[in-house]
Amino acid sequence: MDGYYAFMLIATALVLMMTVPALALFYGGMSRSKSVLNMMMMSYIAAAIVGILYVAVGWSMGWSGDVASGGTFFASPFDMLWLKDVATEGYVSVMFQMTFAIITVALISGAVADRMKFSAWVVFVPLWALLCYFPMAHMVFSCTEDSLICGRIGAQDYAGGTAVHINAGVAALVLVLLLGKRIGWPKDQMRPHNLTLTMLGAGLLWFGWYGFNVGSIVFTGTTDEENLAQFFSETGRTFANTTLATMAAILGWLLIERLMHGKATSLGAASGIVAGLVAITPAAGAVDIEGAVAIGVIAGAVCAWAVGLKYKLGYDDSLDVVGVHLVGGIVGTVLIGVFSTSDGAGGIDGLLYGGGAGSLGDQVLGVLVAVVFSGVVTAIIALAIKFTMGLRIDEEDEVEGIDLAAHGETAYDLHTGMGGGGGGKTGVLGTQPVVTEGAR
Amino acid sequence: MKLVTAVIKPHKWEDVRMALESVGVTGMTVSEVSGYGRQKGHTEVYRGAEYDVALVPKIRLEVVVGDEDVETIVSTIQTSASTGRIGDGKVWVSPLDSVLRVRTGDRDDAAI
Repeated sequence: MDGYYAFMLIATALVLMMTVPALALFYGGMSRSKSVLNMMMMSYIAAAIVGILYVAVGWSMGWSGDVASGGTFFASPFDMLWLKDVATEGYVSVMFQMTFAIITVALISGAVADRMKFSAWVVFVPLWALLCYFPMAHMVFSCTEDSLICGRIGAQDYAGGTAVHINAGVAALVLVLLLGKRIGWPKDQMRPHNLTLTMLGAGLLWFGWYGFNVGSIVFTGTTDEENLAQFFSETGRTFANTTLATMAAILGWLLIERLMHGKATSLGAASGIVAGLVAITPAAGAVDIEGAVAIGVIAGAVCAWAVGLKYKLGYDDSLDVVGVHLVGGIVGTVLIGVFSTSDGAGGIDGLLYGGGAGSLGDQVLGVLVAVVFSGVVTAIIALAIKFTMGLRIDEEDEVEGIDLAAHGETAYDLHTGMGGGGGGKTGVLGTQPVVTEGAR
Repeated sequence: MKLVTAVIKPHKWEDVRMALESVGVTGMTVSEVSGYGRQKGHTEVYRGAEYDVALVPKIRLEVVVGDEDVETIVSTIQTSASTGRIGDGKVWVSPLDSVLRVRTGDRDDAAI
């Protein structure tokens, strides 16, 4: 299994790349020029905080129990505190799971653009990882007999439709409801400031997602030979499914966009990529390639429609974390019950392959549990922050731009020679240039 | 002495510059500006949300000329900037009280 080990090292680096910098670029391009640095920083700081916290207690909460007694919601945070008793050759598994925790938390940041206090984010991130993600990862990925979503309900989730995407999507929805709309939304212009960054980020997410989905293989064999055979067949399946679903989702999104709004847009293509990847995440091992194409095209079309819901319902989910990750995650997780085949990773035939509605019921129940758990826990954390330190920046800072208010920086110097465009201390007109003696 | 100011389509700027050089204009000030006239703006759509973009990017060029050259320069700009479509821009002429060349101290017509 040397090849598997080498592959996992690469897969782990790929998944970390999905947050730093892929997600930061994807979100940064969609935000406004006065808040792009803050948007990117929310991903970068999440990587730093969640990574360390995961090694401290996250791995233990997920995986420290044995198969028969792992806990329903989470395992002991202390049995493997700081990777106690974990052999160093097991570290690659720890690092792989750590990157999942990081990106799940970072995904939420797209919803709160322009207006969430950086300090509140820095407090929210570890609390949410600890109380919401680590338990959910145990419920879904550890798959011990007691674990709620995998063990007890029996819902299939290959790489995180529930634990990652539904979890982050629900958290985003709850957070924006408590945070409120941006000043001027939806009346003012808040269009993306640099879609080339977004296209680049979406492409890098796609690339990194091969680590995410293909690396999520769980061996079921009893000998190395059996496991090796599983490795060869299953990684081919998950790689192909990840690819085809994403392609289909681009087409699905663009088709709906063309029909509803007249033009196929680059932002639509970038969004379609992410919607397809989100939806195939839980289903990557369970379906065959026809199922992957079907899930992709459905996810692309449904998400293209769902991103319009915020205008009808009035919640300011700034960069559509709900419309893409919650909706895409639900689509993919539920459709496993329709499209899964018995030669797939779960060994279960879905509705369309004569397996009856039992699996579909399990999938729906798994989704509901994830939605309720994430909703309740996120609400408690967000309310606690709201009524202590506060969630939101001052009105004046929000209008001026959170980059300057929170970080003392502006992203672009578009007027060289005039000290930059964005409210810095230097400038020719009206403000006194600050020049050091040496620079004169 | 007059100040000739023209607001034109950005992609016609090279044509206008070359035409003005061919009639003897040796210098001008150019800025990237935005605005709108009868052309109005346009609509952009991002994830289904429509945005009215009111301002259209334009080039503004300013040339200081002697009274006798005004007509030539205005008509040169008109012919070189024209596409015949809405949004081609405008040219206006305003009187100047005085002109100074910073390097030499030359005044008025000598400074043009």
